[in-house]
Amino acid sequence: MSERLTAVTMPKWGLAMSEGKLTAWLAANGGKVTAGEPLVEIETSKISNEYEAPSSGVLLRQVVGVGETVAVGDILGVIGAAAAAETEVDAFVAKFHAEFVPPPPSDDGSGGEIYQTIQVDGRLVRYQQAGGGEATPLLLIHGFGGDLNNWLFNQIPLSAGRPVYALDLPGHGGSEKSLPGPAVDDLAAFVGSFLRALEIERVHLVGHSLGGAIALALALAEPARIRSLTLIAPAGLGPEINMAYIDGFVAAERRKELKPVVEMLFADPAVASREMIDEILAYKRLDGVTAALRQITAACFGGAGQAGRLNEVTMPVQAIWGERDAIIPAAHAKAVARHHLLPGAGHMVHMEAAAAVNALISDFLILAD
Amino acid sequence: MSKKSYRQAINEALAQEMRRDPTVIIMGEDIAGGQGAAGENDAWGGVLGVTKGLYGEFGGTRVLDTPITESAYVGAAVGAAASGLRPVAELMFVDFMGVCFDQMLNQAAKFRYMFGGKATTPVVIRAMYGAGFRAASQHSQCLYPMFTHVPGLKVVLPSSPYDAKGLLIQAIRDDDPVIFLEHKAMYDETGEVPDEPYAIPFGEAKVTREGKDATIVAFGRMVKFAGLAAETLAREGIACTVIDPRTTSPLDLDTILESVEETGRLVVVDESNPRCNMATDISAQVVQQAFRALKAPIGMVCPPHTPVPFSPALEDVYIPSPERIAEAVRAVMK
Repeated sequence: MSERLTAVTMPKWGLAMSEGKLTAWLAANGGKVTAGEPLVEIETSKISNEYEAPSSGVLLRQVVGVGETVAVGDILGVIGAAAAAETEVDAFVAKFHAEFVPPPPSDDGSGGEIYQTIQVDGRLVRYQQAGGGEATPLLLIHGFGGDLNNWLFNQIPLSAGRPVYALDLPGHGGSEKSLPGPAVDDLAAFVGSFLRALEIERVHLVGHSLGGAIALALALAEPARIRSLTLIAPAGLGPEINMAYIDGFVAAERRKELKPVVEMLFADPAVASREMIDEILAYKRLDGVTAALRQITAACFGGAGQAGRLNEVTMPVQAIWGERDAIIPAAHAKAVARHHLLPGAGHMVHMEAAAAVNALISDFLILAD
Repeated sequence: MSKKSYRQAINEALAQEMRRDPTVIIMGEDIAGGQGAAGENDAWGGVLGVTKGLYGEFGGTRVLDTPITESAYVGAAVGAAASGLRPVAELMFVDFMGVCFDQMLNQAAKFRYMFGGKATTPVVIRAMYGAGFRAASQHSQCLYPMFTHVPGLKVVLPSSPYDAKGLLIQAIRDDDPVIFLEHKAMYDETGEVPDEPYAIPFGEAKVTREGKDATIVAFGRMVKFAGLAAETLAREGIACTVIDPRTTSPLDLDTILESVEETGRLVVVDESNPRCNMATDISAQVVQQAFRALKAPIGMVCPPHTPVPFSPALEDVYIPSPERIAEAVRAVMK
C-alpha cells in the first residue's frame, strides 16, 4: 500500500451510529483538499453534518457516491499527496475493501450496551463510556436542557488512549428527573459523587454552558481530583445570558415554538433539524423535566457568576467559544487567559466546529496529563 | 428507553397513570377476567390482552369488569367523570358505539358547554378500530369521522407505540372527553418507548418525513403505509413529506397548509369510508385556505363506500395499500 494515499472513512458519530449516508461531496475528483476543512456531508438517523478531510492533498477518488449508505469505517474516498496512477488508486481501494470488516450492528434499543446506568446518592444516572487505556480519564458535562448525545462528534475522537465518560445531569436525558438541588454547587457536588461511584480518582473535565459552570464549581470544590478544565461557552463568567433563549426553551411545548429557540444555539440554523427538534421535544415531554428546568433556571442563571474565583483555580484551564454565540457572549472568554474564539460557530461550538474543538482539547490534555 | 409493542405502550400508560393518580379507574368487558376464563380474575386482560396485569396491581375497585351493556357502563363512566373520577372505559370494538352513542355525543360532549364551563368530563373511551383482522363488517370499521364531527369530543389515532403511550397519558390528564382509537392490526408493532411517563399534546401533527415534491397526510395505520409508499417514490425521484396529524379533533391544519404551500401537491390517505371522512374534510379545508398553492387536484386514497368484506381476498383489496398511495402521488405529480 502506498504511503502517499490516505483513505477517507465513514466517521462514527456517537456510540449508536453503525452506518451513515453520504449526502454531498464538497470537493471534486482531482480537486485540492485541506486537512480539517469540510470534505463531505454525512447524514445519520440522528443528524446531518459536514466531515473534514483527514489530510491535505488531492482528492484522487470519490469511492462512494451521493446518496449511498455505508458502514462506519468503510472507505468514502482517497486523498493523495499528489496525483497518482489510476491503477495505484484501484489497488488501494481494492485492498481496503478486502481488509475491511464492518463493525457489528449497534444497539437497536433491545438491550444493547450503548448506555450504562449507575445509582449515585440514590438517584439513577445514565452515562456512556468510550475508549479506555492508561491516560487520565476525561468527563464531558453537557449544558442546560442537553444530554450526553450533545458530545456525539467529540466523545469518540477524544477517546484515543483514554476513557471518556459523558453523563446526563440530573433532570436531563435518561437520568432521574428530580434534582439533588438546583444550584450549580449542588449539581457539581453530584457530579463529584458520580465520579466517586465510578471510582475515578483523577479526571480532566470538559463542560459546556451550564456544564462549564458545574465543571468550574467542581474544580474549586475538589481541586486535587481535577487535572484540567476545558470550559466551552461556560455560563457564569459574566452576568449576561440570553434569557429569551432559556425562558423560550423551558416554555416551548410544540415544535413550532421550540424550533426558533433551538436555532439560536447554532450559527447555521439549518443544523437544528426536524429530528433534533423532535428529540428535544420528546425529552421535554417526560414527566418532571419542565419542573427541573424551571428550578435550575431560577437557581443558576442571572446571578453574579464565578469569574471572580477563576484565580483560585490551580489546574490548567482553557476556554473555547464560538464567535457567533447568541446565548452567552464570546467576550466572556477574556476572563480566561488561555482562550480560543472559533469563527463561524455558535453556542454549540463543539458540534459546529467539532474538529477544531477536538484538536484544542486533545492538545491541551497532552500538556496537562 | 426500550423497544415496546403498541399493546405494551398502552398498558404502560394505563398502569403509570393509575399509579400517579388514584382517581383513574378502568372499566369494560373482560378487561379483568377475559375470554374463556373460568371465573379467575386477570386471566386475559381484554380480548387482545391490552389491560393484562392491571387487575392484579390495582384490584377490583379500580379495574371494573362490566357486563355486556355498553349503554350502561359508558354512561356510568361519563357520570363518574362528571363527578370527580378519571375513568377509562373500553368499548372493545368501536363498532359497538351504536348502542352507547347518546352517552358520548349528547352527554359527555355537551356538559362543559351546557353548564357554562363549570363542569368537566375527563373520561377516555378506548376502542379498537380498523380492517385487516378478518373480523367482518361489524368489527372492522373506522368511524372516527363520526366522533370528529361532534364538537366537544377529542379524537386520537396513535400511529406508533411512542405516540400511543404519550397520547393516552395526555388523554387521561385531559379535562375533556377523549375518544382514543387503537388500530387492532398494530398491537404487535414495536418501537422505542421511554420507560418514564410523558404526555404528547393534542393538535400537533408529527412530520415523519420531509420532501419537497408532494405532501401525504395519513392517519393511524395508514401512516406506516404512507411511509412505505414514500420510500418507493424516493427511489423514483419523488420526495414526499408525510404528515400524521395524530388527532383528528383538534386537527393541526397549520402543519398541513404549510407543507402544501411548499409542495403544491397533496394526497390524503384515510382508512375510513370515503363519504364525509377525514380525506374530504382536509381536502375541503386546504382548497379553501391554500387553493392558489395547489398545482394539481388533491388525491384521496380511501376504501370503497361499502362495508368491510369478510372475504380475506376482498378485505385485502378494500384496505388502502402502499401501492395505491404511491400511485395516487404519481397521479398528482403529472
